[in-house]
Amino acid sequence: MRKCTTGRLDKVPPSGIRKFFDLIAGMEGVISMGVGEPDFSTPWNITEAAIRSLEKGFTMYTSNAGMPELRKELAKYLKRTYGLEYDPNTELLITNGVSEGLDLAVRAILDPGEEVIMPDPGYVAYPAAVLLADGVPVQVPTHCENGFRLSGNDVRDAVTSRTKAILIGYPANPTGAVMEMDKLAEIADVAKKRQLLVISDEIYSLLVYDMQPACFASLPGMRDHTILLGGFSKAFAMTGWRIGYAAARPEIIAGMTKIHQYTALSSPTMGQVAALEALRSGEPEAQKMIDEYDRRRRVIVKGLNDIGLSCFEPKGAFYAFPSIKSTGMTSEEFAENLLMEEKVAVVHGTAFGKCGEGHVRCCYATSMPNIEEALTRMARFVQRHRSV
Amino acid sequence: MMRKVFEILENDARLTAEQVATMAGVTEAEVKKVVAEAEKERIIVKYKTMINWEKVGDDRVWAMIEVKMQPQKDVGFDALAERIYRFPQVRTVYLVSGTYDLAVFIVGKTMQEVGLFVSQKLAPLEGVQGTVTHFLLKRYKEDGEVLHPGGDDRRLPLII
Repeated sequence: MRKCTTGRLDKVPPSGIRKFFDLIAGMEGVISMGVGEPDFSTPWNITEAAIRSLEKGFTMYTSNAGMPELRKELAKYLKRTYGLEYDPNTELLITNGVSEGLDLAVRAILDPGEEVIMPDPGYVAYPAAVLLADGVPVQVPTHCENGFRLSGNDVRDAVTSRTKAILIGYPANPTGAVMEMDKLAEIADVAKKRQLLVISDEIYSLLVYDMQPACFASLPGMRDHTILLGGFSKAFAMTGWRIGYAAARPEIIAGMTKIHQYTALSSPTMGQVAALEALRSGEPEAQKMIDEYDRRRRVIVKGLNDIGLSCFEPKGAFYAFPSIKSTGMTSEEFAENLLMEEKVAVVHGTAFGKCGEGHVRCCYATSMPNIEEALTRMARFVQRHRSV
Repeated sequence: MMRKVFEILENDARLTAEQVATMAGVTEAEVKKVVAEAEKERIIVKYKTMINWEKVGDDRVWAMIEVKMQPQKDVGFDALAERIYRFPQVRTVYLVSGTYDLAVFIVGKTMQEVGLFVSQKLAPLEGVQGTVTHFLLKRYKEDGEVLHPGGDDRRLPLII
């Protein structure tokens, strides 16, 4: 039979966790540190605002770019958080999460064959989004010794005449790595010299510990060369609402909006109402969740180091990315054996790129008792498998 | 640092100093010092356990009583409040703004016992101008804890 799907799809590898889904199905008593979302429910004031809007009949489309009130409130938020000024009418777009924002960004800026530089390991959607836009992902290795930061020199070496953009995502999934302003400035330097755009996925920006959130677009001269992607899913525990945003100069936002209007029309109205409430009153509740993640982070990092899985200190997001080299297993073997023997689910580092080998991603967005039980099980596992 | 330690202990008093130290990112010695001082200063008043007595089949009767009072010269409401809170049946006393002055929570074996306490002990006190008794019918949330929580972890087991 004639092949019915586009060859473009063949370039995108299948999900690295499919196999684990099948293994977990039907398994009782699994502690999952394999999720990438908060364990908290959305703060009630946010949910309640959305319920009220449904009761009042706010169930229609919004304007393509998103509710004007939400864009205005978002502009205020970006100003007070990062000192950045965006025109809510021409420089902000409400998207279906950062996932759609990323897709729109690469589709709006890439011509076929153009390259996008990104860190390895990195979030799984980065290379996929670029491939689906007929671009070429160029993955630059990052290393534990350097805190999984993207090095300005390595980026400079990866630039070719076909490079269009640099795609960064800090705080990072899967490593929990952050990039401080001076490190981001190195990337900005390359971008300026080579006239590249920077797509900065800052979905985890508020989830930082012992440091201030750093926004790439706030670096001198970078505002107009950055596509800032942000959202509500992680900091406000709103994953299922599907609301994110893009901030960039008018020409780029107009391009992204053009695609958005023909593919999504607008983002969910109830989600936008919820997001508006999150910006107006959600920050204290968000801070409580961030404080709790911080406590869990310290417990899991110490626990992993104590059991012999050396773990650098992640300063952002809600992931620890310990080395499992002491067991002599590959990261996929480790994840599979740990699940089968001790019923603890983690994600193998290679699901995020080949530089994830030797590591697993442990999400600590789960209760403290779960973290402690998982650590106990992992200690038993490591003890049993420690390579001599 | 103190605040961090207190926030952790307020949520779980059984944690060891070592565990608190890890969560707060400080040393065990620092935690011990802060706790010892706080106990001495009665910043940490007591370590308690929250028990859902309904589940144990406890049928004690709780009531919230609004007490309207005449403030006294020099001492305001404090002296009378003390006369009230010294009764062992009285579990909680707050001075509040609004249409009455003291919110008094008491517990007794039966409604009759609570009623007698109000009519024989509380209402006759000099300075008490009136009382309104509200019997508690159901506890939904106490001290920030929902007593009948619904909902397990509804997340998919793996998401990247």
